[in-house]
Amino acid sequence: MDLFSPDSGLVIWMFVSFGILFIILAVFAWPAIMKGIAERANFIDKGVEFAQEAKTQLDGAREEAKGIIDEARRQQADILRDADKMKTRIVDEAREAAQAEATKVMDQAKESIAQAQKEAEKNLRNEVSVFALEIAQKVVKTQLDDEKSQKKLVETLMSDMEK
Amino acid sequence: MHQRLYRYIVAFVAFLFASVFAGGLEVSAADRHDESSEKPLDVKEILFEHLGDGYGWEMPFDHHKRIPLPVIVRSNDGSWHVFSSGRVTGGNDFVDGGVKFRIAKDGEYRNKIVEVDGAGVETRVTDVSITKNVCAIFITMLVIMSLCFWLKSWYRRNGYRVPRRGLGVFEALIEFIYSGVIKSTLKDRADKFAPYLLTVFMFIFVLNIMGLMVVFPGGANVTGNIAVTMVLAVFTFFFTNIFGTKHYWKEILWPDVPLWLKFPIPIMQVIEIFGMFTKPAALTVRLFANMMGGHMIVLVLTLLIFIFASFGPVVVGATSVVSIAFSVFMLLVDVLVSFIQAYVFTMLSTIFIALAQEGGHEDKHERNEDNGGGAKDPAPVSTL
Repeated sequence: MDLFSPDSGLVIWMFVSFGILFIILAVFAWPAIMKGIAERANFIDKGVEFAQEAKTQLDGAREEAKGIIDEARRQQADILRDADKMKTRIVDEAREAAQAEATKVMDQAKESIAQAQKEAEKNLRNEVSVFALEIAQKVVKTQLDDEKSQKKLVETLMSDMEK
Repeated sequence: MHQRLYRYIVAFVAFLFASVFAGGLEVSAADRHDESSEKPLDVKEILFEHLGDGYGWEMPFDHHKRIPLPVIVRSNDGSWHVFSSGRVTGGNDFVDGGVKFRIAKDGEYRNKIVEVDGAGVETRVTDVSITKNVCAIFITMLVIMSLCFWLKSWYRRNGYRVPRRGLGVFEALIEFIYSGVIKSTLKDRADKFAPYLLTVFMFIFVLNIMGLMVVFPGGANVTGNIAVTMVLAVFTFFFTNIFGTKHYWKEILWPDVPLWLKFPIPIMQVIEIFGMFTKPAALTVRLFANMMGGHMIVLVLTLLIFIFASFGPVVVGATSVVSIAFSVFMLLVDVLVSFIQAYVFTMLSTIFIALAQEGGHEDKHERNEDNGGGAKDPAPVSTL
């Protein structure tokens, strides 16, 4: 049958055309195309790798940032607590110092008051004794103006002494 | 969207019915007018004309008008003759340089250019005409080359950007064949054979698809022609055997079998050498038969309309609708077959080449030592 017997002219043309097509493409097209495809595949792979790396780094950075923030927050809390403590302490100290000062001032005051009192007492006593002597002098003077009264006194004193 | 598509289909089928019945009535009316001039329908003739090669290329809507193609023949006296096929189609004789040519109407050289001597005896001439199939091969070459160089220039101009649309499809095909078939089978030797295998795939695929198109740049049943598939298989045969390793040749000429199977009578050698030739033969016949079969089914389904034409308008109308529906279905299946056959041919070629690339166990060491570049460690080849 016609269909099953290869035609020599067609065989020749087919051989030549396919050969030429193959050579042209093998020299000029396929290597370049395959290189293009491979390069792009590499490029995409690299891109994916880069993106993954970036994501990992980003995750790491986020973690790190979170850590830093936590740390900062903790430090802040510490500092606040310390500050509070210090404040209390300073206030306490101040209060104590003031107390001490006040006590001291009071003591001194008390002391000086006591001293003043003593001195006053002493003065008062001196003055009182002076006054008493003067009064006594005056009294004695007046009462011993006449003989009779002098005698009476001696007698009184003598009777007192007897008793 | 679906509803709209559905409406279009209904409209199309209705139009088909209407036009077919109208046509049927017209045909039957014409039949009544001049029944005597109607020739009986020669199905075989029509089939073979469409499946086979031709000196001209059919134009749509007119069976007799052909695009003329150059006829190149060498007559028996040794002179070369080049003329347009338009001069000999339609049964005309053409005298060029004292030699008379015509297309034989019957006999051994039916539908071929023959030389007619004085006594009217037809003898075949050496015929290297640019026939329909050759022209289709040229067009395919141009298509593939332009696609390839387009893609190449795309890479040069656009760097790493992915091509879209048509070129994207072309690149996806290349990528599919290269990484899916060639790279996975040939491993590190893929780049050595990829140009051939990619060329084969593209060549068969483009020819197959163009063969399904009915009008001018397509319509030639090239891959359904045994000469074409045979040449392709011969190329694969060459690539398999020329680049075959020492181990491959040893397997053929001195295989690892008991001595009595290979020494006094070379039974195994005969079988192995026979096997060398059955592989390309299988490639030849598979592609040829599949593609020719696809074309033949569509043609027969279409011809059914004309076969049933004598039964009246109702029968012919019904047949037309069924035939056309089936033809469309078969053509769609053929699109799939076009791809599958190109894929299968490429895949089998790859496997045959890979089998000839396999190194033996004792061969491996030697090869690793004495072979610095090029052929590296032969990877285990997956066989089907």
